[in-house]
Amino acid sequence: MNDFIEKNIGVMMLLILIAVSFGGMVEIIPLMTQKVVTQPIEGLKPLTPLQLAGRDVYIREGCYVCHSQMIRPLRSEVERYGHYTVAGELVYDHPFQFGSKRTGPDLARVGGLYSDDWHRAHLFDPRSVVPESNMPAFSWLFDTPVDAEILPAKLSALRTVGVPYTDEDIANAAKGLDDKTEADALIAYLQQLGTVIKERR
Amino acid sequence: MSSAVSWFVTIATLVSLLVFFLILQLNKSVSRPGQTTGHDYDGIQEYDNPLPAWWYWGFMFTIVFGIGYLIYYPGLGNYKGVSGWTQVGQLEADQKEADDKYGPIFAQYRSVPVEELATNPAALKMGHRMFINNCSVCHGATGEGSFGFPNLTDSEWLWGSEGATIETTIIGGRKAAMPAWEGVLNDSQITEVTEYVLSMSARPDVDQALADKGQQHFMTFCAACHGPEGKGQTMFGAPDLTNDIWLYGNSRSRIEYAIKKGRNGEMPAFANKLGEDKVHILAAYVKSLSQ
Repeated sequence: MNDFIEKNIGVMMLLILIAVSFGGMVEIIPLMTQKVVTQPIEGLKPLTPLQLAGRDVYIREGCYVCHSQMIRPLRSEVERYGHYTVAGELVYDHPFQFGSKRTGPDLARVGGLYSDDWHRAHLFDPRSVVPESNMPAFSWLFDTPVDAEILPAKLSALRTVGVPYTDEDIANAAKGLDDKTEADALIAYLQQLGTVIKERR
Repeated sequence: MSSAVSWFVTIATLVSLLVFFLILQLNKSVSRPGQTTGHDYDGIQEYDNPLPAWWYWGFMFTIVFGIGYLIYYPGLGNYKGVSGWTQVGQLEADQKEADDKYGPIFAQYRSVPVEELATNPAALKMGHRMFINNCSVCHGATGEGSFGFPNLTDSEWLWGSEGATIETTIIGGRKAAMPAWEGVLNDSQITEVTEYVLSMSARPDVDQALADKGQQHFMTFCAACHGPEGKGQTMFGAPDLTNDIWLYGNSRSRIEYAIKKGRNGEMPAFANKLGEDKVHILAAYVKSLSQ
């Protein structure tokens, strides 16, 4: 049989496909059927337009390359960062910002941990508040206005994948952001991260 | 998960173990042991031998280990495993262990007032670690602060120096609210009041005539929080303006900017992050910094 499979590459490909897809199905299908994974936790709201603009700055600048947003259920992590991340907090995240590397600290519950002023000082020049930091400065975000025009399109795109924005939300998405910079947007995004769960454990 | 999905996972897992076992058995014996397969590439030929015994038994061990694992840990659908292990259960056990170990120490420190705890070297050592992890990001590793973040090592306290007050500050955070005066005072009035504020800390470069004019604006608008003598009030976190300690810089332009635009310094709340036991120890450390 081994001989036969080795000499018929089509059959081998088919068998590999079956083997791999079963592995995937066993891991993925149960998640799609669990309420704890698919339903938002109480109090979870979609990002506001300004926060959404900030999220896209977060993605564009590659923040996820050095910062994770995933507190694992281990005592050391819960002690340092707060309540472990639950799936229901992330159902409106498209795409997820889990990250996979922690050059900087985890940001899953950074919301409210520092003042807006601190974030401004820190984004403008991280060394001004944390002398040993090796984070790059993001000073240009303070001169770059938020691109508000594109926000209604972003909201409606997110609605098609299940984020409950209303027609009114979409219609008003671009309003009131004229004097906002990308730094304001990014700080608004950071300040809401992980704030729905208040308990420490 | 639903029972259908649970069965799917269970059967798929067990069937793949079984298939693995069967493939292993099929390869245990070969039809032409000791002979070559007939492949010949550049003079290189291969024997058609069965798997070496150590390899075969190595695979067998993984199957036996896998079965044992699936019995002990949850892996087969909704089956909870003999151990009943869960991630959260493990976390809670670890947390309980830590609580049992540190709880009595925290309780003991909690029964001592902050002022007294601030002289206990063991508590200060714990407090120092917490300070480095939580507070140094704004107040600096030595607690000396920086632009916009108060110095904790001097004897000046914006919100009060009592141990219990420091605890309240850390638990609930603080929000300073110096309003912007540019809509109320015109530019020349702001210049005058700036000069008066400068004169309060006996600066040598003050234009006394302007400062005298500024005094009336100060009494009308600023004295409510900073006090008629500019001594400040810890109730509002309004700084003392007479001691030449400046949170936002001491230059004329900085002070003028603060009056024009206002200042809203914010200390975040740490009740959720640290819990009251740890805040008590941390307050003692902060208290000790200014002594």
